[in-house]
Amino acid sequence: MAVKKFVVGIFTDEEVLFPAIKKVRSAGYKIHDVYTPMPIHGLDHAMGLRDTSLHTAGFIYGITGTTTALSGIGWVFNSDWPVNIGGKSHFDLPAWIPITFELTVLFSAVGMVLTFCYLCQMAPFVRKHHFNLRSTDDQFTMVIECTDKNSETEITAFLQSVGAVGINTQMAETGWWLGSYAKDKTPFQKEGNVLA
Amino acid sequence: MASLRYESQVRAPLVDGTKDYHQVTEDIIRPIEAAPTRSWWIGFIVALGCLTFGIISVATQVIYGVGQWNLNRTIGWGWDITNFVWWVGIGHAGTLISAILLLFRQGWRTGVNRAAEAMTIFAVMCAGQFPIWHMGRVWLAFFIMPYPNSRGPLWPNFNSPLLWDVFAISTYFTVSLLFWYTGLLPDIATVRDRAKLKWRKAFYGVASFGWSGSAKHWQRHEALALVLAGLSTPLVLSVHTIVSFDFATSVIPGWHTTIFPPYFVAGAIFSGFAMVQTLLLVTRKVLNLKDYITIEHIDVMNKVIVLTGSIVGIAYLTELFISWYGQNKYEGWAFAQNRVNIFSPYGWSYYLMMGCNVLSPQIFWFRKMRRNITVTMFMSILVNIGMWFERFVIIVTSIYRDYLPSSWSTYYAPSIWEIGFYVGTFGLFFTCYFLFSKFFPVIAVAEIKHILKKSGESYKDKMGPQEAMPVEEFAHEYTHAH
Repeated sequence: MAVKKFVVGIFTDEEVLFPAIKKVRSAGYKIHDVYTPMPIHGLDHAMGLRDTSLHTAGFIYGITGTTTALSGIGWVFNSDWPVNIGGKSHFDLPAWIPITFELTVLFSAVGMVLTFCYLCQMAPFVRKHHFNLRSTDDQFTMVIECTDKNSETEITAFLQSVGAVGINTQMAETGWWLGSYAKDKTPFQKEGNVLA
Repeated sequence: MASLRYESQVRAPLVDGTKDYHQVTEDIIRPIEAAPTRSWWIGFIVALGCLTFGIISVATQVIYGVGQWNLNRTIGWGWDITNFVWWVGIGHAGTLISAILLLFRQGWRTGVNRAAEAMTIFAVMCAGQFPIWHMGRVWLAFFIMPYPNSRGPLWPNFNSPLLWDVFAISTYFTVSLLFWYTGLLPDIATVRDRAKLKWRKAFYGVASFGWSGSAKHWQRHEALALVLAGLSTPLVLSVHTIVSFDFATSVIPGWHTTIFPPYFVAGAIFSGFAMVQTLLLVTRKVLNLKDYITIEHIDVMNKVIVLTGSIVGIAYLTELFISWYGQNKYEGWAFAQNRVNIFSPYGWSYYLMMGCNVLSPQIFWFRKMRRNITVTMFMSILVNIGMWFERFVIIVTSIYRDYLPSSWSTYYAPSIWEIGFYVGTFGLFFTCYFLFSKFFPVIAVAEIKHILKKSGESYKDKMGPQEAMPVEEFAHEYTHAH
């Protein structure tokens, strides 16, 4: 959670965006993020983002579900309440497969979605700063952080040269806070006369 | 880049007209921002009326007991379980479209998946009502869940298909809901960022979970969708398989058949697609989305209908053949006397089922018929009637005559409360669907944008026919794609 200064470059065509990302990166600017209205395949590689390990998490959750089901049913039928059903085996694995499968899927799906929300810091009532409202509509927004080495004017000029159609500078909170989208108040804004 | 975008010219466009990204947003979001139309209000009020009838019927049943229904000895399952299986079946198309077709990389799913998934969720909600209220003492419904309790502890029977059903359907509902909602998040954010009204900004702000469209989030979102699709694919198949186990693992002649799982799954996809057609034909007209749900989409879904309808037909005939070939006289009786004999009390329902499910979809072998809206609408309703009768035939004709002729029951016809309950689930389904189509984008906006420059009509025209390109040039461009 910190307030930083960013230069925001707006693009309207992904054919321009891709070479721009390449140039911005090779020039050594720090891309804070790129916001797009839809998934663009290859954008993560172009930005040099690491592959997500969400699948691995899903696998671990799935295995947890399998284990929970098998050990739970096994415990109930063998030790907690062993019922003799016509002399049939207490370890009746084929009949446990449906529930085991369902719990594997359930644990994996629920776990992955919760992990996804946690990693992306998403939840109801979470509010974030959005650099460009049209980046959920038709524009691609590249946000570059101003550092000691790269000044605002320098980045602005560079973005202009790589084909951004609109450029502006914003002070923004990088984290999230609890708040409503109906109110424009951000946590780093000074309150007015609260005590009046 | 260009070759990554390429799609063969032979394939028909999936988005008609000249569109850019903003136009896509406008077309799909506009109905949400506009005031509800008169036809929306009429439909919504009718749906609410049906729902009210259903609530009254269920309330009566809770007060006076399951005796309000005309179930009798031997027909312990009648309209209620027929309706349950029917609704679950309808709830199969959505996840099939969104999961299996995602794995198969079928671009046309993007136009129809959102509405189909919503339909799935609402259909499963309706399906769940029947076994729950059929329990009679519904306030003890939680007894079906395994948890340490003060009754022994007494556990449910994990070897019982009825308990498998509890797990299968609740898992299916949860996973479908998660899949649907995670897919909705980016589109809700689109509505939020366009919103002018305060309540709309607040409501969609909460519902969007603060989605920003960050590249990293999209990467995770894609990974999540892919894995959820991979999980949902066997899940869809498992759910109706397990529903069929309710019958197949019993020893009732007419139910005790190994063909049930694949036959039920094919039937579920069949009826699910028919319901998707019914809903989308209306939705595309009312919300003016003909450029996104094109004749091409309808054509493709009709192909699925004729395929699964024919699979169901083969299953019917196989079942019939085996009942004779198996030489089990009880099994043979259930088919020859209770079903095929048109003069038996329920013989008419067998032929109604055969006519609607096996014969009538064959019309879709003709391209002209597949692309005809009126025919498709009529057929989609016919198929759903047929699929309802399939379940009715399976359930009622198998149990209305048991091993003891003296207990052969009197003719079973539903009471007004059974009918009311069924009508009530239609009310629930359509109330939910009307609310969904008013407050959420019925087409996946982000996914349409994703395929727009590949499959959009105006973009396809601009793409050079790559088939004409020399092989070396194509290979060069392809290998140096980015």
